[in-house]
Amino acid sequence: MNTEIKNNTEVMKPPIASIGLVGWLRKNLFSSVSNTILTLIGIYLLYSIIPPFISWAFIDANFVGTTKQECSKDGACWIFIKENLKLIFYGLYPSEELWRINTMYFILLICGIYILIPNLKYKGWVGSFLLILFPILSVVMFSGGMGLETVETRLWGGLFLTLVIAGVGIVLSLPIGVMLALGRRSKLPVVSLLSTIFIEIWRGVPLITVLFMASNMFPLFMPEGVNFDKLIRALIGVMFFSAAYLAEVVRGGLQAMPKGQYEAAQATGLSYWRMMGLVILPQSLKMVIPAIIGSFIAIFKDTTLVLVIGLFDFLGIIQFVGTNPEWLGFSHEGYVFAAVIFWIFCFSMSRYSQRLEKKLDTGR
Amino acid sequence: MTTDLMIEMNSVHKWFGDLHVLNDVNLQVSKSEKIVICGPSGSGKSTLIRCINRLEEHQRGQIIVEGTELTNDSRSIERIRGEVGMVFQQFNLFPHLSILDNCTLAPIWVRKTPKAQAIDKAMQYLKRVQIDDQAFKYPSQLSGGQQQRAAIARALCMEPRIMLFDEPTSALDPEMIKEVLDVMVGLAEGGMTMIVVTHEMGFAKEVADKIIFMDEGQIVEAKSPDDFFNNPENERTKTFLSQIL
Repeated sequence: MNTEIKNNTEVMKPPIASIGLVGWLRKNLFSSVSNTILTLIGIYLLYSIIPPFISWAFIDANFVGTTKQECSKDGACWIFIKENLKLIFYGLYPSEELWRINTMYFILLICGIYILIPNLKYKGWVGSFLLILFPILSVVMFSGGMGLETVETRLWGGLFLTLVIAGVGIVLSLPIGVMLALGRRSKLPVVSLLSTIFIEIWRGVPLITVLFMASNMFPLFMPEGVNFDKLIRALIGVMFFSAAYLAEVVRGGLQAMPKGQYEAAQATGLSYWRMMGLVILPQSLKMVIPAIIGSFIAIFKDTTLVLVIGLFDFLGIIQFVGTNPEWLGFSHEGYVFAAVIFWIFCFSMSRYSQRLEKKLDTGR
Repeated sequence: MTTDLMIEMNSVHKWFGDLHVLNDVNLQVSKSEKIVICGPSGSGKSTLIRCINRLEEHQRGQIIVEGTELTNDSRSIERIRGEVGMVFQQFNLFPHLSILDNCTLAPIWVRKTPKAQAIDKAMQYLKRVQIDDQAFKYPSQLSGGQQQRAAIARALCMEPRIMLFDEPTSALDPEMIKEVLDVMVGLAEGGMTMIVVTHEMGFAKEVADKIIFMDEGQIVEAKSPDDFFNNPENERTKTFLSQIL
């Protein structure tokens, strides 16, 4: 038995039709008759949508000027957005106090960039600052006190309000959600039952109902004279609503953990909370990052519902300025602008989620 | 001699539902004693050692580990778990932590050992099981044999006085079994009190002071290796031995 091994030095290349652009096109777009038809329909649709949109949004658009009358070209009237920018971004927040919001934006931006840069020291400290001191500082800066002039929350609005609601909802709902998930899986029947009831009640009610309840029903149960700020009531509603959803997401992650991980942690003498905090949650939260970020994105977009209780968030204020007689007829521009800004935020969260997943991946 | 008694089990019973998995188990383990438990699958051998660190709860009888009786008191359970190291069939390393962090986690959080000292000790034990060069890798980057040795090092870092092994080589490829058994033999020679559930009869012959054969939740036979292999009394033991030897 002696097989001769062919010493083939000539490197064989795959047939030209299977590689490169031609190969890609054949494989992905024209692999069968039906796919070819779908491809052609797709190309036609793109052709009939994209060029007109580009000419509307950019080529024929109006950028220069300050009044409606200066929007003389056929395309979009971006002057509408430009002139109402302050309202859209800050609501009715007093102009002379805007520096307070901008300062906090700036701090947030700096800290965010710091955390995103890999391999820097003291990230833990910056993170703790953002989670603990920053919110406290924000409350003082935004609403006043300690020498700053009070700004009532009914003046808050626009993108600023959206970010406040989404930020509070996101940051507070995660720890509450984790506690609820642990509670639901608890061996103590009372804790488990209460967590389950809480989760199921909030999940069973639409957010819009929660907000109506918070705004209209809640004061009825309060003693005369006691009046919670409407924004705070909405915040609490959004927070618990989001927490209930997150609880189920986190519970899914806990359920996926192999029993051996619990046993190994217990066998080394770790107490329940240390086992959860050091071994189980780091792994199970990592597993459900995509779903958690998905919930965050959903809650970010759902903040637009606060319009129904008379809070003017980003979308709400765009609708509101669109009804201003001076600027009637420009709601298209407003909605496109809102869509773009929402997309930027949601897409960033989605990208960050992927980054985080990759960074935390240590194999199984 | 009572001061040397590490583990005492007095007529321990346990049921899974209606299944009587431990039926009147009596066992005494003295300091430095090495006990090998074997028996067919489902005979209750894993359950028996898992009762010793309360991963399973016994329902009747008494288990005393180092003078502390196992009850529902979570503090005494945690203390006993600190004294009793366990190695699992599936290794159960923490995949999100490096090998070194796996080893220092419990000493730092349970024993409150200063971090630098915990690292020193962990490196010492990792060297002893010959994977100190893998300390900064994650479990998924190691072979099965290396993972199991890391798991042994992790248990040793708590400086336990008793080590429990639950089929430590059953999930390993044949060529990796030896490297794990070698570590266990070394540990036995160092005087560790050990209870090992295994089918590795060569290991049992070499290391065990006493071999226990279990079937249907009962200890059927408990003898020195010589007697166990040469003069088994019980029919079930004989059948079992004829099947595996």
